[in-house]
Amino acid sequence: MTQPLIQMKNIEKHFGSVIALAGVSVDIHAGECHCLLGDNGAGKSTFIKTLSGVHKPTRGEILFEGRDMHFADPRDAIAAGIATVHQHLAMIPLMSVSRNFFMGNEPTRKIGPFSFFDHDLANRVTMQEMEKMGIVLRGPDQAVGTLSGGERQTVAIARAVHFGARVLILDEPTSALGVRQTANVLATIDTVRKQGVAVVFITHNVRHAMAVGDRFTVLNRGRTYGTAKRGEITPEELQDMMAGGQELATLESSLGSTV
Amino acid sequence: MADTPQIVMDERVKQISPMRRAMIRPELGGIVGTIAVFVFFGLFAFDSGMFNSQGIMNWSVVSAQFMIIAVGACLLMIAGEFDLSVGSMIGFAGMMMAIFGVTLGWPMWVAILVTFALCISIGALNGFIVVRTGLPSFIVTLAFLFILRGFTIFLPQTIERKTIIGGIREAAEGDWLAALFGGTIGKGFFTWMGEAGIIATFERGTRAGEPVVNGIPMLIVWALGLVVVGHVLLTRTRFGNWIFAAGGDAEAARNSGVPVNRVKITMFMFTAFCATVFAACQVMEFGSAGADRGLLKEFEAIIAVVIGGALLTGGYGSVIGAALGALIFGVVQQGLFFAGVESSLFRVFLGVILLFAVILNTYIRRIITGER
Repeated sequence: MTQPLIQMKNIEKHFGSVIALAGVSVDIHAGECHCLLGDNGAGKSTFIKTLSGVHKPTRGEILFEGRDMHFADPRDAIAAGIATVHQHLAMIPLMSVSRNFFMGNEPTRKIGPFSFFDHDLANRVTMQEMEKMGIVLRGPDQAVGTLSGGERQTVAIARAVHFGARVLILDEPTSALGVRQTANVLATIDTVRKQGVAVVFITHNVRHAMAVGDRFTVLNRGRTYGTAKRGEITPEELQDMMAGGQELATLESSLGSTV
Repeated sequence: MADTPQIVMDERVKQISPMRRAMIRPELGGIVGTIAVFVFFGLFAFDSGMFNSQGIMNWSVVSAQFMIIAVGACLLMIAGEFDLSVGSMIGFAGMMMAIFGVTLGWPMWVAILVTFALCISIGALNGFIVVRTGLPSFIVTLAFLFILRGFTIFLPQTIERKTIIGGIREAAEGDWLAALFGGTIGKGFFTWMGEAGIIATFERGTRAGEPVVNGIPMLIVWALGLVVVGHVLLTRTRFGNWIFAAGGDAEAARNSGVPVNRVKITMFMFTAFCATVFAACQVMEFGSAGADRGLLKEFEAIIAVVIGGALLTGGYGSVIGAALGALIFGVVQQGLFFAGVESSLFRVFLGVILLFAVILNTYIRRIITGER
């Protein structure tokens, strides 16, 4: 097996007396979709924030391409190629897709001593990238507000990849979406993975995870229960690990179906 | 999930008509309003002298005044903030120029430059307090509305024992920088138009033969210049994209690497700059600075911007629209005078059109974002 892009070894994160992460180890490879499952309060958010440079781990080490990494702030992580697509998207509904796509990274063209926003280039690139992801826009000047939630996720993902993300952290991208939109986002994840980007897909929905995941890591009460490969584990087993086993099994038998 | 979805056009997304496309341009309200206003006064006040050279100059100057402050207020509003201290800033800036240039006897260009530096610093302070405390700019600049007005009354009373300082025109005589705010351009052209009989000339008195309008005031040049610079900055530059982003959703903009705080503070400074330009033109024209100058200007600027299609909540608007809003403002204010209508009705008009504009803008916003 090739060297992992990112290795996180025994990460611990304490907030005062609260132990949010109590020794988490995960490795992420280029071109794979690594699903991180966990129920609410399992430490998913803390884990993402540690990976994306928002928090510094209390103990443990992060290796990026085999080298020790210390991110001072999120900008360091972004510069290294670790991009996060948040639940609350970095998209502005009133602005056009192309203005959003290049927000913070505007292409400029110099005319004399002044540099201007290169709208032609921005529009062209936006249309191309959207086409690759399977989104048909009326035009690059269409406002993001008119896109569906799934399409917005896809724009955000396409943007991160276009600007050189090598690791893409998706924080519950499907949690607020309908069935069809979820399918679109999962298809986007698949497209991105094939381009050689490492995807960290955080979710608490086992079915979504099983649909695209190559490997699965379950977080529970700040610990990892190990990583399983696709085909080595059933959805039921994942669900049990997330919930901590027994209680859910009892609950399930009384409800008579899969939760 | 083996199947990849085909690219299909969603049948529920209707192609939008060109009409609807035109509707979502922020300038639309301004354009329609401008046409309506000119048609109205063309029909009802054409013979009143409103459209001869003097009349045109009259409402152009008033509109240009509104335009100067509207450009600043517009960019600031798109960046998501308000400045209620614009009117007080105008009074304060004029008074400081008078105190530096007349009372202290500094050369006028030094007085003007120092005033600009002082006022832009106060604008920066406004912005700094807003971004640092996270308080609404409404309340922070309301505080400065009173603070600056207070100083504008206190300083001349303490120094000169009066609230109006005159003698600025004499102090500014031959000053290179003062001429940039007080003079006129195109004198030769207007003299030619007078001689050619295109515009009226004085018939009697010492100035017989000279045209009644002898040039375009620098105030108008500043107004047009600021509109062009503001429009290009907003729509054609990287910084313009940041202005939209900062006002649209500051948190999302920060996540994408936009220096939101810097953008907002810069816009507060630009608003202060516009107010100081207004003040400089005004004191050069009147030859004096008064403690009550600029009263209510902050609201007039905001109204012009809203008529021009900007959203009060930020993130959307147009400098051209704001300029048209200012034009509507100026034409109606002076037009009612030409048409012989009681001038207090202007306020009624203002209230009605403001309400109408805000409702229209909210509707347009819904179209853009697809909300219901």
